[in-house]
Amino acid sequence: MAEIDRRGFLKCMAWAGTGVAWTVAGGLLSGCELGGASKPSARRTRDLYFVQISDSHIGFRGPANQDVTGTFGAAIDQINALASRPGFVMHTGDLTHTSTAAEFDTVKQMMSTIKAGGTFQVPGEHDAVTGDDQAYLGIFGKSATGSGYYSFDLAGVHFLALVNSVATQGMGHLGQAQLDWIRKDLSGLSSETPIVVFAHVPLFAMYPAWGWSTNDAVQALSMMKRFAAVTCLNGHVHQVMSKVEGNVTFHTARATGFPQPKPGEAPNPGPLTVPSNLLHQAIGIAEARFSARTGHVAVIDDTLP
Amino acid sequence: MQRPSLCNDMPAAMPASAPAATSSVDIVNFAFTPAAITIKSGAAVTWTNKDADAHTVAITGAPVSRPLQTGETYVHTFGQPGTYSYICTIHPQMHGTVVVTST
Repeated sequence: MAEIDRRGFLKCMAWAGTGVAWTVAGGLLSGCELGGASKPSARRTRDLYFVQISDSHIGFRGPANQDVTGTFGAAIDQINALASRPGFVMHTGDLTHTSTAAEFDTVKQMMSTIKAGGTFQVPGEHDAVTGDDQAYLGIFGKSATGSGYYSFDLAGVHFLALVNSVATQGMGHLGQAQLDWIRKDLSGLSSETPIVVFAHVPLFAMYPAWGWSTNDAVQALSMMKRFAAVTCLNGHVHQVMSKVEGNVTFHTARATGFPQPKPGEAPNPGPLTVPSNLLHQAIGIAEARFSARTGHVAVIDDTLP
Repeated sequence: MQRPSLCNDMPAAMPASAPAATSSVDIVNFAFTPAAITIKSGAAVTWTNKDADAHTVAITGAPVSRPLQTGETYVHTFGQPGTYSYICTIHPQMHGTVVVTST
């Protein structure tokens, strides 16, 4: 872990845990709110606080979680009870389990109850289970390009929302059209611009034997080498893992639906059943704080209450 | 002196990879089991999902099955003789083969 990240991490660790600490965090984070014209400033960036959720699998039925709608609702309640209102909430895919219209409708309605500056999403492979992503795009892809990718800027940070889970090849895949789009999207940015990349499947080789990797991620990341700090946030694996590689920090989020085994600790990936009283400790949300001072994103992974 | 050849009298051993003569395929541990089967033209194959995750059956040249939740089945009837490969579209690393022979 890079020193700057370790410091950021330790600082964040101090926030986590108690209500009192969160009051302090609320003070620290008060500058993160969106909205209102920001005053002209010499700084190119400002602090930003956002939340990542992932892998809700609405429609899943099984012993790993008898009520995925309930735990997604609990995650939303957790976000809505945070001391600071997030600038936005990003769902990194597998919104649904089997891509039905009813499942997407449930997700859309539940996402609309999130109290944040906005909500975003990228699809997972469970949002296009038959390889057809039209149901997802019809609801969530209106302002996106191609298979549903897009970018946006907030607080001087450039965010990319990528799709590497549709038309997969046994693992994540971006495809040439999207790679071309990324090159174009990044071309006008100064190298000091902080970059945050969202995608469903890890953009690093977390565990290729289970498809927990993206086979053309290196091409995308090579376009980001010139930037001072790149943060890649993904879901898909239903567990927390971090990795730093040069200028890029990778972080995987817990699911709101159910956990999965650690790499290699089961014959295959898939829903992991834990005792029901331990389920909330195995799923949760990820709070992310971009610090204008350090130029880095620090992530705090919270399990469900 | 001619020694009797034992080997010539033995039935040809089945190759270990010979497709199973069955029309049922289980989906278990993220694999189609058995991965290769042989059926006669006009026969149906039934896939049963015994995994905790959902899977599909996407046979080359046929519409993709609906997603199968745990315990659900999908039936496809094969007409033309030939070799059909298929995958799960959610987990494309899963693949299987159906060999259809003429009746």
